[in-house]
Amino acid sequence: MKKVVVLGAGTAGTMVANKLRARLTDIAWTITVIDRDDVHHYQPGYLFIPFGHYTRQEVERPRRAQLKDGVHFVVAEVDRVNADTNTVELVGGDVIDYDFLVIASGTTPRPDQTEGMVGSQWRRSIFDFYTLDGAEALAQALKTFDRGQMVVHISEMPIKCPVAPLEFAFLADDWLRQRGLRDRVDLTFVTPLDAAFTQPVAAEFLGGMLEERKIHLVPDFMVERIDNELKALVSYDERQVPFDLLVTVPVNMGADFVGRSGLGDELNYVPVDKHTFLSVAHANVFAIGDACNAPASKAGSVAHFAVDIFVGNFLQYVKGLPMTGSFDGHANCFVESGDEKALLIDFNYETQPLPGRYPLPFIGPLSLLKPTRINHIGKLAFRHLYWNVLLPGHPLPLPSHMSMAGKHLPEEET
Amino acid sequence: MPTTTIDGHVISIDNEGFLTDPDEWSEDLGKSLAAQIGVDLTDEHWRAIRFVRSDFVEQGETATLRRIGVVGGIPVKTMFALFPQKPAKKLAYVAGLPKPHGCV
Repeated sequence: MKKVVVLGAGTAGTMVANKLRARLTDIAWTITVIDRDDVHHYQPGYLFIPFGHYTRQEVERPRRAQLKDGVHFVVAEVDRVNADTNTVELVGGDVIDYDFLVIASGTTPRPDQTEGMVGSQWRRSIFDFYTLDGAEALAQALKTFDRGQMVVHISEMPIKCPVAPLEFAFLADDWLRQRGLRDRVDLTFVTPLDAAFTQPVAAEFLGGMLEERKIHLVPDFMVERIDNELKALVSYDERQVPFDLLVTVPVNMGADFVGRSGLGDELNYVPVDKHTFLSVAHANVFAIGDACNAPASKAGSVAHFAVDIFVGNFLQYVKGLPMTGSFDGHANCFVESGDEKALLIDFNYETQPLPGRYPLPFIGPLSLLKPTRINHIGKLAFRHLYWNVLLPGHPLPLPSHMSMAGKHLPEEET
Repeated sequence: MPTTTIDGHVISIDNEGFLTDPDEWSEDLGKSLAAQIGVDLTDEHWRAIRFVRSDFVEQGETATLRRIGVVGGIPVKTMFALFPQKPAKKLAYVAGLPKPHGCV
């Protein structure tokens, strides 16, 4: 009997376990998933909670219920992985051994990593929306916020869902306009990047959307600390951005047990081959989704496309065959732009987000890099697909590899 | 890819002026590149340059400011003093490495 152990029952871990369970026989393989709790969060839904569109009930379900029969689910905190003896030590002393380990323990916002973030203003005028508690607290704060400086802020890259802070800024602008408060609020977007987004064509487009909405952009801002008395972000080069309401995305880090086990880089991400997710250090360890250091977006769509490639590879690998699948970094993200519209961006390691149509060239029905109502409907509909199609491991009719069909290159490059 | 000549060094660069082949770099060229962006190289600058050069050989990617801090032992604050405003980018430029991609 061979044993696969999956650490983490989030988006990537759940899909890995379910897809492997469908392909590996019960007689030959056990599949065990370990997570510290039994609550699966639909994290893309957090974005809507501050504006009162979603509630906790719509974004939480039991993890166990998302896993197929025949997958063992263990609720426990991982203390450390001993990759040399192929064992996982749990807090409390239990030890689980494995033949193959899949680390899918994700990434977590760490407000403790920035001086002054978790100080007197935390959850009073400083909020995050990347946790459910934070998003709910922010919803309360927004109810009474009616004037002053609202600052949306990214502490450091990489972060989970790199477009979400922009989406938050667009939705906040819309929300304030609808309440007739927009003229009384200065909205500022502060980022360590040199533009609104990482990739040139999308950065220019999204930067233009900030300008149209009179959202000030403060680029190249690396936060050193937050001054709670001044209520200001302070950068390493001594610039200050004052706020009345700060919506920050804290530093994101991989799980502490990854660091404790000596398996992580400086942010506790597991170094892997970016095309196969095989650990560079251990031949029977994979890391997938946000937990690995592949230079792709940390996002559910990436995890989804990555798992598709991983499963085929894994079945070859355990037979001693070469892995023939190669992940291309494909990401596909809806970007809410306010006014009940959204953009869609589709890109990979090599190709930046470009305008065009998706998934069918010329037909769509979705439009790339352009705010449309149908994209917004697509984003909202995705929550149902997530629970009912994606997590159970059913196929979505979208290719795992990015396609250039239907995309338009900017003129200077054609 | 365009090429350019700086102080007699013929180099291949991308649209933003970053070297596209780290092997075309030399310490002499590093001094010239630093001069282009108005940076006078001190021993501390060289420590940073040597760290990112050797880290690039191992990792295949340009180190982030966090990595330069945690692995290279040079605090972010110092980096801002050495290469003002855009330290990661300026250091990559001077060290002849690809522009650090802010991670998508």
